[in-house]
Amino acid sequence: MKGSSVPAGEGSPAASVATSTSPGLRPPTRRGTELVMLAFAAGLVTLALILVELNQERSLSLRILWLGLAYLGLFGAAHLAVRRWAPYADPVILPCVALLNGLGLVVIHRIDLAFEGVTLPDGTVWDPVAFKQVVWTGIGLVLFAATLKFLSDHRTLARFGYTFGLAGLVALMLPGVLPGFIAPEINGAKIWLRIGPFSIQPGEFAKVLLMVFFAAFLVSKRDLFTVAGRRFLGMDLPRARDLGPLFAAWGVAVAVMVLQKDLGSSLLFFGIVLVLLYVATERAAWVVLGVGMFSGGAVIGWKLFTHVQQRVANWQDPIGRYDILGGGYQIAQSLFGLATGGIGGAGLGAGRPEMIPERNTDFIAAVIGEELGFVGLAAVLLIYMVIALRGLRGAISVRDSFGKLLGGGLAFALCFQVFIIVGGVTNLIPMTGITAPFLSYGGSSLLANYILIALLLRISAAARAPQRAPKPKPQQPAIADQHTVMVERPK
Amino acid sequence: MQLTRAGFLVLLWLFVLAALRVVRSDLYAASGLRASGLPGFRRSEKSARGSKAPRQLVVTHGALTGTRISLDGRPILIGRADDSTLVLDDDFASTRHARLSMRGTDWYVEDLGSTNGTYLDRAKVTAPLRVPLGTPIRIGKTVIELRS
Repeated sequence: MKGSSVPAGEGSPAASVATSTSPGLRPPTRRGTELVMLAFAAGLVTLALILVELNQERSLSLRILWLGLAYLGLFGAAHLAVRRWAPYADPVILPCVALLNGLGLVVIHRIDLAFEGVTLPDGTVWDPVAFKQVVWTGIGLVLFAATLKFLSDHRTLARFGYTFGLAGLVALMLPGVLPGFIAPEINGAKIWLRIGPFSIQPGEFAKVLLMVFFAAFLVSKRDLFTVAGRRFLGMDLPRARDLGPLFAAWGVAVAVMVLQKDLGSSLLFFGIVLVLLYVATERAAWVVLGVGMFSGGAVIGWKLFTHVQQRVANWQDPIGRYDILGGGYQIAQSLFGLATGGIGGAGLGAGRPEMIPERNTDFIAAVIGEELGFVGLAAVLLIYMVIALRGLRGAISVRDSFGKLLGGGLAFALCFQVFIIVGGVTNLIPMTGITAPFLSYGGSSLLANYILIALLLRISAAARAPQRAPKPKPQQPAIADQHTVMVERPK
Repeated sequence: MQLTRAGFLVLLWLFVLAALRVVRSDLYAASGLRASGLPGFRRSEKSARGSKAPRQLVVTHGALTGTRISLDGRPILIGRADDSTLVLDDDFASTRHARLSMRGTDWYVEDLGSTNGTYLDRAKVTAPLRVPLGTPIRIGKTVIELRS
């Protein structure tokens, strides 16, 4: 057998170290493809920035090219980190993330331009946030590289499952139980922690931590969940005592809903738990039960809390409740924006994003829909789909079940988050405040999502890497197999 | 103005299509199946020619159903140990349960002193046995087979 050749430009020193013992074929690492796609993404983002500046009638300068190159450099560094520490990682995920993040930066910058020098109704001057988001992107990429470096095998995470679970639970509940001066209530949701000049949203990190916990927990207790219980309506219902974790998750989700008035996170969290349970046990009964329980909880929440009633009423009739305080104004403006965009969009920098409320966080999808139109928004959603697709692909082909569960859960979490926020913006489901991953302004969300992507890349690298050669053992061939050697007596 | 607007959307979609193209060319590489038309992904001559030679190991039942491992001549260790090629977390599998290894052109399965045994089709594996294509090997709750 010959060592197979590696395409020019795709073999890296790291790759050859990892597989130098492999005698047979060596699958391509495809890092070259990743670099080309990254350059494409950088070109697109630079073009988007140029279009924004042109449409805002600002003078073009070489500065834009430098910004584009800096952007390429930033993700080039991330690419090198992948090349060094996860040479077999999926080649499509990073460029897709880079494009989404870049588009988000351009749109946030574009919103800054719209508010340049404008005094807001409450008397303050608009504070440009694009630069802050660039800094957050940089920190996010550093965290991304660090995750890849220090986590050389995703299976080590399973060992700290309970620690992660506790940390995640604390992070999720912390803003809800802390007093108002550390955890202020912003826009009716109590999900922020204020530490000095920074505000962080610990719930974003809790999402990833809890996913690690549930994957580890389910892998170790999987058998308990598949024990057949009572049959009911043609389904095998799980035994009551095995329902414990599901009830716990339900309790936490409802508690978060009550304490923090954060509907989006509780929906996201519960959805993740349910999907992990379903993937682990392959039983539809869990999904039916879980959806039933969540609906029950949602109906109770709707009966008890006015803010839930408001959201539902705004969802049913956003335009009719346009003038009511806390009414459908936000969603109606978002729908107007989307309608203005139509099929082809108004053009980057030519829309009126200042008309849309919460334009650079929750409703950023509406801004994109207005300026890039249905065609552009569909492309953005497809890019999310590609990321999730590749994440699931890695989860299917990875060789251990913890990796499968975690990868599937992470990919689903990303998808579900996009569904919740874009569904809210387009009025498909009641609006719940949650960020659009990588697009929205917000440090915590960006950092947590970069860690999530690093974990997905780690799992896909484990799935795609050739199997490691078993440890070389000083093996003596069986006596019958040994060659007969003529030994001459030394003279 | 109109041109740049449309042009940007076209480029955006080209990016999506490029990504999907990479995904397509990559589908087989990730699953361990033969990837034709991929530069530099050539199989060693022998296994590519003979259509009867097993090329991959497929898990058909159990928790890891759907997992494929491409065979490249190196032995495959199966068990609960972390460094196994196929890591099972199955209460009925031992830490080092079984090994598949290649002798000449055939693959042989041997039991590494497992508690609950390894079964080739219906027969308990006590000595190394030749594994024909498509014959189920049962280890605990997991069933694997070799495919070409």
